[in-house]
Amino acid sequence: MHKVEVRKRVTVMEEVFHEGGPAAKVPLRRAATLSVIHNPFAGKYVEEIAGFMEDLNPLGLEMAKSLVAALGGDARGIEGYGKGAIVGQAGEIEHGALWHVPGGYAMREILGNAKAIVASTKKVGGPGARLDVPITHINASYVRSHFDAMEVGIADAPRADEILLALVMTTGPRIHARVGGLKASEIKGEDGLR
Amino acid sequence: MKAKIRKIVTFVEETRSEMGKTVEPPTRRAAAVAVIENPFSGKYVEDLSELMEIGEELGGLLSERAVASLGIPGPSVESYGKAAAVGENGELEHAAALLHPKLGTPVRKVLGKGAALIPSSKKCGGPGVPLDIPLGHKDAAFVRSHFDGMEIRINDAPRANEIIVAVAVTDSGRPLPRVGGLTKDQIKGEDGLR
Repeated sequence: MHKVEVRKRVTVMEEVFHEGGPAAKVPLRRAATLSVIHNPFAGKYVEEIAGFMEDLNPLGLEMAKSLVAALGGDARGIEGYGKGAIVGQAGEIEHGALWHVPGGYAMREILGNAKAIVASTKKVGGPGARLDVPITHINASYVRSHFDAMEVGIADAPRADEILLALVMTTGPRIHARVGGLKASEIKGEDGLR
Repeated sequence: MKAKIRKIVTFVEETRSEMGKTVEPPTRRAAAVAVIENPFSGKYVEDLSELMEIGEELGGLLSERAVASLGIPGPSVESYGKAAAVGENGELEHAAALLHPKLGTPVRKVLGKGAALIPSSKKCGGPGVPLDIPLGHKDAAFVRSHFDGMEIRINDAPRANEIIVAVAVTDSGRPLPRVGGLTKDQIKGEDGLR
């Protein structure tokens, strides 16, 4: 059991009106919430780390709720999601993997048991490192219009003994999506893929 | 609206601790950033009044958004700043036209007051260029605890024919100020300096 110590929280919300093409009737909104936490395993090799996933559950839920709030407050309006982590240099990539379960399940729970696996990425990096968090449709990973990514980062984080945890949600497809593939309207929604 | 806005991004930062010491209440700052088309890109234009008017529009829009993202009334804002980054087909003077002649008045209207100069920075750059927005107390520029800066960046802006324009506001100074100088409870608020 480790205490989850949060040094700072950053929320970024993008509202996209167009990208050179016709302006969308409803702008696309994408939001990321980032928590900078102390890495309890920094500076040494620790074999048993899995228990920290449970410690992170409340933070995951709090972050998922704050993302829905940043995007208008209605979970039914969320169509895409993703997650990621940047581990400070005194930690290892495996510490970033601790975020898969608490980050992913928190979003799926808040979004009414979303079916698709939550796309993710992670790395080790210094303060100001940028992370391209992948985004896919919440109920069917193959929906091509919703493949997206959001670049995040914080100038002063992660410090060596910190982990930057990220969750991302979007309200729709890419602003000018037009490369075919499975459409959101064609989802069967049984297996999380199609 | 004169400004042709492609996207608006808001950033909210909340610092809860620093070097293990709790920051109570947490310090919070927010920036609202518009990505606009540069009407004068690619050519020398003598009269920049169109950009000055766009600056006036954005001063109101961005300060309203930034204040709203902190969830506080305008008069509770303690410090502020502004900045712009011009894409490679524009010139530094375009940033000056947006920021200096008309942007400040609507900002002060949203905040109720604002006797101090709004600190500013500007640059030319490509997509993803970091912008360091200087921050100073809104009623007395010499309040030392509120000298600060906020880094923002948008990975896909400014494109060559675009400008990004930012307004930042806070509800506080630095997280743990302890280098002396004029404090906020000593403000006379007459000349914008002390």
